[in-house]
Amino acid sequence: MRRTLAKASFHTALNLLFFTMIGTALLALTYDLTRDTIARSEENEKLKLIKQIVPVSAYDNAIMKDTAPLVADTLLGNDSEATVYRGRLKTQPSIAVLQAIAPDGYGGNIKLIIAIHFDGRISGVRVVSHLETPGLGDYIEIAKNNWINVFNGASLESHQNKDWKVKKDGGTFDYMAGATITPRAMIKAVHKALQYYRLHRDKLFEDNPNAPPNLDKTKEVKEKRE
Amino acid sequence: MTTQEIKDIFSNGIWKQNAGLVQLLGLCPLLAISNSVVNALSLGLATTLVMTLSGSGVAAIREVIPNEARIPVYVLLIAVLVTIVQFLMNAYVHALYLVLGIFIPLIVTNCIVLARAESFASKNGIRASALDGIAMGLGLTLIITILGAVREIFGRGTLLSGIDLVFGESAKFMVITVIPDYQGFLLAVLPPGAFIALGLLIALKNWIDLRATQKASKPDISGTAIPAI
Repeated sequence: MRRTLAKASFHTALNLLFFTMIGTALLALTYDLTRDTIARSEENEKLKLIKQIVPVSAYDNAIMKDTAPLVADTLLGNDSEATVYRGRLKTQPSIAVLQAIAPDGYGGNIKLIIAIHFDGRISGVRVVSHLETPGLGDYIEIAKNNWINVFNGASLESHQNKDWKVKKDGGTFDYMAGATITPRAMIKAVHKALQYYRLHRDKLFEDNPNAPPNLDKTKEVKEKRE
Repeated sequence: MTTQEIKDIFSNGIWKQNAGLVQLLGLCPLLAISNSVVNALSLGLATTLVMTLSGSGVAAIREVIPNEARIPVYVLLIAVLVTIVQFLMNAYVHALYLVLGIFIPLIVTNCIVLARAESFASKNGIRASALDGIAMGLGLTLIITILGAVREIFGRGTLLSGIDLVFGESAKFMVITVIPDYQGFLLAVLPPGAFIALGLLIALKNWIDLRATQKASKPDISGTAIPAI
């Protein structure tokens, strides 16, 4: 009796293992097949958002192609390499689009893109992806609400450190009743991105913002020649 | 399969055993996503697709799986299918994926999918199970779309708002403003409004059924006894 029970359990376990393996294989296959298309549609979505927050008059270069990698930084909240898009007017730096992550949203990471004028004023912010509660915290999406425009024109000069909070916490930013965790996370992330920008502004517009300064010489020469 | 069997499957799925009105399974997405027609219809169709696939999948492997391991295997199968649908939607209908967002993975938790796998697909053939998935899914889609329409009209005074997220900016003209300058009625948009509207829909269905049975029984009992339902 005991032996048959053990045998039956073993049989069941094997069965489960078998189906789990098939399931995993199917998922891996679909993931692999759709990965490139998904990356492409996310990229397209991002470009669409970038166009929304970067005024056409602010640049005359190919902003989508003028990119540089950004290493992980706590001020940006990214734990893997991100990209900065750089706009220039008559070859002078004019606007930068940073990618940042607000890690403390109600549903985890909120991925943002933030366009900052050269002088440190925010041109616009958009949410690339988030898992906030539908109907409550999702007003950060431009498709649902205009709230995200509260950041337009803000800078570290126009808002003191203590102002970078929702009104409820003594800051100057509006929010919507019912969801304060989401805007808190957003405001914090945007504030930190501005601090990052202030610290790294001049390097951001160089050919390789992450390289040590002395290595950049050759590339600068090359750029001047062009 | 005879035509009668097919008819039965569809009348069960869409009316007699309707997932939203009679079995009351899958209430979570039913209430959460039915705040606009576009959301409701999109998630309904995604659920229908998953149910069709899971129905045929379960029917195909029902002979192989040991009885005591069947529920985990069904759950596994459904979860795999939903994730595949999620990948595919993310890749090929990205705008729609952005609209439905977190509700697509939540199809896994929709009890109606597992319920049909257990109560129908595990006892019937592949074709019948696939049809049952389609019928049940369409029944659910019908109900959440009606709920979505009712809640959207009362809550926001529009119909089909957000359709531009599915078909692109050019589809914006399809948004119908039913009540111009409407101030909005928050209750209809929030979950309590969904409960109330669903309750009214269930009452309506029961009333229609009651009238149908009364009509049918009238010649015999000449309107004395009303059969209790």
